[in-house]
Amino acid sequence: MSQPRIGVVTFPGSLDDGDALRAVSTMGGEGVALWHADHELRDVDAVILPGGFSYGDYLRCGAIAARAPIMAEVAGFASRGGPVLGICNGFQILCEAGLLPGALIRNRSLRFVCDDVWLRIETAQTCVTNGLTPGETIEIPVKHGEGQWVATADQLERVEGEGLVVFRYSARDGRLEDAYNPNGATNHVAGIRNDAGNVVGLMPHPEHAVDPDVGPTGGQPLFASLLATALAEVGA
Amino acid sequence: MSAFTFEILVSLKPGLLDPQGKAVEGSLPAMGFDRVADVRVGKHIRLTVEAADEASATAQVREMATRVLSNPVIEDFEISQVAMT
Repeated sequence: MSQPRIGVVTFPGSLDDGDALRAVSTMGGEGVALWHADHELRDVDAVILPGGFSYGDYLRCGAIAARAPIMAEVAGFASRGGPVLGICNGFQILCEAGLLPGALIRNRSLRFVCDDVWLRIETAQTCVTNGLTPGETIEIPVKHGEGQWVATADQLERVEGEGLVVFRYSARDGRLEDAYNPNGATNHVAGIRNDAGNVVGLMPHPEHAVDPDVGPTGGQPLFASLLATALAEVGA
Repeated sequence: MSAFTFEILVSLKPGLLDPQGKAVEGSLPAMGFDRVADVRVGKHIRLTVEAADEASATAQVREMATRVLSNPVIEDFEISQVAMT
């Protein structure tokens, strides 16, 4: 059986590229290291933009990385329907690049949060949730200082109206309450998708949640979906 | 070609919670400044651009401000020209 090739982009200041590559191989894919200054995606079947503090978060989180040479290739890949997953800083980069709506600002509490949280799946129409059922919850960690998702009134109306929210912070049973929202994100939004569902960004870290030895395993179904979607690309 | 120096002031949109401003505001009473409100923290960017004329320089700075120096989802900007050499 052929393995899907999943590219993980390393920017200066990326932290979680190693864990993302490891999660890909743990889940049965082939991790391919990609470099921010390159202009090629090495024939990968999906791209992950990992967490970290690219370019020291100078100017705004993800702002400089969003204009890095490889991002032109990522945007082209996304427009052709290629699966792209942005995690934490990767989510910030996708918003800054205009590939996803909204922006991420400092947590409402002003504090860095590092915790395991529950996410309610809002749609299965994405490259990372097509193996899940809306309403289902998964547990994975968050660790960020600037994860409060906000949007303009127009963007918010479109995001909610067209079902672009993929994950919301919730209780284990799916209830939405302020107490379960770690950063004050608008409408408890933890992750969103583009119209086609092939581009997804989220603040929590599925790549830290695939190995039962080190914590919750809520990242497994997301990687399983991503790998299956990427494998379908290989066959296509 | 002339060199035009600009200052760009980037601020969070009104109404958007400014946690940095809030943190600064929270620290002021301890220093005796207990009648301060509405602290907002922004960014000041200064740059020099070479261009044939002022209109072209201003247009370039406006584009930079729109495309990278600010994020239109959360921020506003003001441009002022401070020098020409």
